[in-house]
Amino acid sequence: MLKIKNLHVKLEEEDKQILKGVNLSLEPGKVHAIMGPNGSGKSTLSYVLSGKDGYEVTEGSAQLEGVDILDMEAEERAAAGLFLAFQYPVEIPGVGNMTFLRTAVNAQRKLRGEEEMSAGEFLKVVRAKAEDLKIDADMLKRPVNVGFSGGEKKRNEILQMAMLEPKMCILDETDSGLDVDAMKLVAQGVNALRDDKRTFLVITHYQRLLDHIKPDVVHIMANGRIIKTGGPELALEVENNGYADLLEEIA
Amino acid sequence: MAMDDVQVKDGVDAETVEAVKALSGTYKYGWNTEIEMEYAPKGLSEDIVRLISSKNDEPEWMLDWRLAAYRRWLELKEPDWAMVDYPTIDFQDQYYYARPKSMEEKPKSLDDVDPKLLETYKKLGIPLKEQALLAGVEAPEGERRVAVDAVFDSVSVGTTFQAELRKAGVIFCSISEAIREHPELVRQYLGSVVPVSDNYYATLNSAVFSDGSFVYIPPGVRCPMELSTYFRINAENTGQFERTLIIADKESYVSYLEGCTAPQRDVAQLHAAVVELVLLDDAEIKYSTVQNWFPGDENGKGGIYNFVTKRADCRGHRSKVMWTQVETGSAVTWKYPSCVLRGDDSQGEFYSIAIANNMQQADTGTKMVHLGKNTKSRIISKGISAGRAQNTYRGLVSMHPKAKSSRNYTQCDSLLIGDKCGAHTVPYIEVKNNSSRVEHEATTSKVDDDQLFYCRSRGMDEEEAVALVVNGFCKEVLQALPMEFAMEAQALVAISLEGSVG
Repeated sequence: MLKIKNLHVKLEEEDKQILKGVNLSLEPGKVHAIMGPNGSGKSTLSYVLSGKDGYEVTEGSAQLEGVDILDMEAEERAAAGLFLAFQYPVEIPGVGNMTFLRTAVNAQRKLRGEEEMSAGEFLKVVRAKAEDLKIDADMLKRPVNVGFSGGEKKRNEILQMAMLEPKMCILDETDSGLDVDAMKLVAQGVNALRDDKRTFLVITHYQRLLDHIKPDVVHIMANGRIIKTGGPELALEVENNGYADLLEEIA
Repeated sequence: MAMDDVQVKDGVDAETVEAVKALSGTYKYGWNTEIEMEYAPKGLSEDIVRLISSKNDEPEWMLDWRLAAYRRWLELKEPDWAMVDYPTIDFQDQYYYARPKSMEEKPKSLDDVDPKLLETYKKLGIPLKEQALLAGVEAPEGERRVAVDAVFDSVSVGTTFQAELRKAGVIFCSISEAIREHPELVRQYLGSVVPVSDNYYATLNSAVFSDGSFVYIPPGVRCPMELSTYFRINAENTGQFERTLIIADKESYVSYLEGCTAPQRDVAQLHAAVVELVLLDDAEIKYSTVQNWFPGDENGKGGIYNFVTKRADCRGHRSKVMWTQVETGSAVTWKYPSCVLRGDDSQGEFYSIAIANNMQQADTGTKMVHLGKNTKSRIISKGISAGRAQNTYRGLVSMHPKAKSSRNYTQCDSLLIGDKCGAHTVPYIEVKNNSSRVEHEATTSKVDDDQLFYCRSRGMDEEEAVALVVNGFCKEVLQALPMEFAMEAQALVAISLEGSVG
């Protein structure tokens, strides 16, 4: 699904190298987790993959289903099936959540040369999916993320994901700022979207999210590289011993 | 990235600047109509004033009124307090009257109007057939119709639905026709809201106005359809000076829409209009404007200089007026639709979206003058600046000694796109009694890259993303527009900012 080869990235503004040769291969239907200490480049990886400005790829490639995505515009990557659930979802005052969702769904359809979704059909689908995530009608009407609690914002990200039906979902620290109940709800939403074709890349600091979203593969990232890859047990190891041992191992 | 690309400041990159520069040719209405015209000699003099009056077959009293205004104007000085900067206008170097030759004989009905003129309005999306709706709007259930008065340069080409409106007692015609047919109403009200001596441009307008619209709604009548005037400047080096007078008699209601466009030309053109609204007891007027005059090119060449005096006089108790404006065009805008809240319990509202892109300059706002008891006013102003534009909100809220227990709420929000534009808020507040309340809130924000990236990561392209964010910012004002206009305005907001973010 997603193949990242020897990816080197620096910040445009500061000439600072953040990613120093990332290699990842994510198969369809699998859940991969990336863990790592602060500043290891996890969030940068998610931004570079989804096309945020301000980063320069100096070497390497990233392919989604065999197609190079690094030269594509952010919206083209979205239409190709890539989705990023933001660590800090952005507020857009005055724009109703529903309007935003519908604009996004139809913008992607347009880019793919498909017909727009009718208002009636859209409403039906969004209501059903919102209910699963315990998102009420009021939250659909309110302006995008404005005045939302931390839990509401993250649930809203998952709702967008459910509506846009991406092939490749990247979750950037979706557990940050959530209490246990909110985390469970979000995890349920994610798990409901798991199938044998859809791939997930879950970025997190903590093992606890992985109790609810069970990964197939766990990677440890440090200093701009993947330093260790293993099964779910690797996450537990980190939880118990911290990153220090692993960092020493490679030093 | 090369060093010269690194101009990043507060979330704006070099591409943005490039894209703003590239913004030209997006003005949709910049074409002109090839048509044989008849001009008054260039320049301004008493003779020109007499000529305009005679072209309109005006009675003696009207000519005298104009001449008094002209003499007054000669003594006045052009005001310079607004935050707009433009070359000195040579008032002798333009035409004050231009009409299509075919309008020499007043057409008896729209069927007799020169097809080229009809074609012009068709191309602008303005229906002069009596069944159509504004362009781009599907007929909602229970058909809604709009009557149109079409003004082309100095003359009204025609007015639709007159007969049907007449049945309801509503008079809707060009002001020149009203001066001939309804002199008693015109004499009573013309200049009673905006006096001849009001300000430089209003005085000039009083002397040389050539046409415009007139509306009278009789007591107790709710106007059966929306009324509108569409102003088109076509002739070169010609100023348009229109005059609009709307009288809402006791317990009447009317919603009135106004739209305007002009061809794309290198030389700036002058537009100085006066609009007077009179409201008697319990009357209500909604006045909506979508102003889309040619804004000039990206270097500030050409465009319309728009100096407009609009005022509503809420003479009657419990009368209510609502100004809504979407100002996207003009090189220079100088405009303050105001409310004189004379009647007790009268209400004034002002909703404004002012967009200035490239080299545009807008100095716009309102005056709320509270004279009566328990009067209320509300001001919602949304200013959007992009490119190298300057956008100023200037507003007065005045509570007079007798305006006991009156209230005002003002909210001024500015949105900046890029780092070379400016937004300014200049509120004037005078309170002369101790039972009134005035509230003022102001914010300034930027369309930031995070918002745009968020939208784009969901599949919207850059322009869709900007349009979405800006429409969200303007929402409260867009909601105040009649439905026909709201959709047009929303699209216009997007077009006006096309390419403003890279």
